[in-house]
Amino acid sequence: MMGSAFVQLSLTPILIGVLSAIACALPGNFLILRRQALIGDAISHVVLPGIVVAFLITGATASMAMLLGAAGAAVVAVLLIEAIKRLGRIEPGAAMGVTFTSMFAGGVLLLEQSDTSTVHLDVEHALMGNLESLIWFRARGWESLFDPVALAHLPPELPRIAVVALLMVLLMVVFWRPLKLSTFDEGFAGTVGVPTGLMGFALVVAAAVAAVAAFDAVGSIIVIAMFICPPAAARLMTNRLEIQILWSVVFATLSAVLGYVLAGYGPLWFGADHAVSAAGMIAAVSGAILALASVAAPHRTRLGAPKDAG
Amino acid sequence: MTMLDTLLTALMLQAGYNAALVALGAGLLGIAAGAGGTFLFLRKRALVSDAVAHATLPGVGIAFIVMVLLGGDGRSLPGLLLGSAISAAIGLLLVEWIARRTRLAEDAAIGAVLSVFFGIGIVLLTVIQTMSRGKQAGLESFLLGSTAGMLYQDAVVIAIGGGLALLAVLLLRRPMTLVAFDPEYAAARGLEVRLVDLAMMGLVLGVTVIGLKIVGLILIVAMLIIPAVTARFWTDRTEHVVLVAGALGGVSGYLGAALSASAPGIPTGPIIVLVAFGLFFLSLLLAPKRGVLAALLRHRRFQLRVHRRQGLLALAHGEPVLDPLTIRVLRRDGMIRGDMVPTDAGRARAAKALRDERRWEIARQIHQDEAIHGRYDGLTPIENVLTRDEIADIDRRIGGPVVAGGAA
Repeated sequence: MMGSAFVQLSLTPILIGVLSAIACALPGNFLILRRQALIGDAISHVVLPGIVVAFLITGATASMAMLLGAAGAAVVAVLLIEAIKRLGRIEPGAAMGVTFTSMFAGGVLLLEQSDTSTVHLDVEHALMGNLESLIWFRARGWESLFDPVALAHLPPELPRIAVVALLMVLLMVVFWRPLKLSTFDEGFAGTVGVPTGLMGFALVVAAAVAAVAAFDAVGSIIVIAMFICPPAAARLMTNRLEIQILWSVVFATLSAVLGYVLAGYGPLWFGADHAVSAAGMIAAVSGAILALASVAAPHRTRLGAPKDAG
Repeated sequence: MTMLDTLLTALMLQAGYNAALVALGAGLLGIAAGAGGTFLFLRKRALVSDAVAHATLPGVGIAFIVMVLLGGDGRSLPGLLLGSAISAAIGLLLVEWIARRTRLAEDAAIGAVLSVFFGIGIVLLTVIQTMSRGKQAGLESFLLGSTAGMLYQDAVVIAIGGGLALLAVLLLRRPMTLVAFDPEYAAARGLEVRLVDLAMMGLVLGVTVIGLKIVGLILIVAMLIIPAVTARFWTDRTEHVVLVAGALGGVSGYLGAALSASAPGIPTGPIIVLVAFGLFFLSLLLAPKRGVLAALLRHRRFQLRVHRRQGLLALAHGEPVLDPLTIRVLRRDGMIRGDMVPTDAGRARAAKALRDERRWEIARQIHQDEAIHGRYDGLTPIENVLTRDEIADIDRRIGGPVVAGGAA
């Protein structure tokens, strides 16, 4: 399992899966604490129309255009949600529901109407992801990691998600103080001069960038699991934000690695000869981790909740 | 036949027996979803239904596998729907359990259940694809809905299901209205709020399951939310919201299914959702009180009133009017001439505006209470707030009228 076949077929998908999970879990921590978990849900749905429109305009699946398209769609969605909330005095959940389902429907319709058969862009991949296909065809074994020719043929999704994951870490470190302040005490943050509205908006755009980079690997719905499950489980482990983020990275990595291995090799142990969806299995593992945390994690109950309710 | 002809044929239920049944079923389902979704929306739990909808997928997969293992075909719609209902119910219970028993908020619980159940469902779909009978299972059609090539008995199931869901809404509308509007009052009236909530969720579950084949599990939530939100733009009364939402939902479902029948190859769900969104967008622009257009008009009228009053006061004080909009307003009302000189009518109105200002000043001294203060925004005519006797009393304190411009 650790030989050249592993490097060729499994190394890059695992790396992409791990980096996707981490890139989504980092903004996910803040979304959960701000009770905006469903913004992650909305964003991951509107990524699809963003990507499709970017493709229709540029005619290529260039990463930059896709990222811009998805980020643009996220901005449009946020503006639309605000407009519906204010004009109709509609509660945020319903405003979100109107926006993301409609944009998603528009994306699917555009995708079905346009000819995207030449590129890896179809509805099934958009929904389920296609982690297994991101193989490193030119690899001959571990030594290929030092072979510039082979490295040049890495699937382009890997450097893309690596850059995005790094970007998420950098953004979080640079904006740590204002981000933390505006998450826990928006009023106080405002009085010490943190532009809280801008921080909230930037968080949404950052989440959109993470979602589009992870989109290739896991599709638009399982991304939600990566936004929510590892940070939610981490939230039940500790009361400190720093520790929570570390836990969420651990859980995200664990979900991706275990999920991929179970999907690829699990069926073989049961005597079946076909792998199952890796993206789906990653979501399932992250759910299992959250389930374990919900029944056994040290800080699973609310502060002050009666003991018997735990 | 052109696209339009095909559409008309489908709308008139002439596109074939199945298509007619599907369109009718979609229409009935739309009414039930729109009206039922209103209660969910008023209870501020709209997105719980999204978790319920996504949680149907593992049930569909397991039902298929079980039916095949039992020697059946696996594609029997009632069997698949039963499976989806069971797993959706489990998903719903999990959302409630997480939100009640852990420190995580309901939104995190919704997102977690939605995505994890969907992930498990996708795993099961890939398992089914490797089964010898699974190749033609076509379970992917449950994701985005597909009515193309639907079997006759499936269309019947959907039409009957849509009718039953509508019947449930009709039977439950009173307790659900009460609970959605004011749960404490409902409890005081002796209603079991938990039971009604459960029935509401049961209705959502029913709509979701019946809608799986038409709209698909990813977008069915739109059928529950969009009509209710749209209806909210048109009326403030709960019972009217329910009626309007039902009508909007019915139109979306019927029109969407007919459109999809005339353009095969496109998933039905997105079309129905986009029809619903089109109705929503029109309402957002045009609704009489809450629409964008109405808000713009209201703002413009307010602006004109402010400019008219400021202009009249300036005339009364003999000050020059400089603001172009104020000049336009005064000219249009015949208060000033082209060369900015006030007309007789203008002098009279200016004097009245100045006098009203003084009257308000006195009124505020006499009535120190909030009621008068709160109603004086500088724009309300004093006659609308105070009685004639009160005004006469104020006038006695001010003294006789003065000539506009001459007194200053």
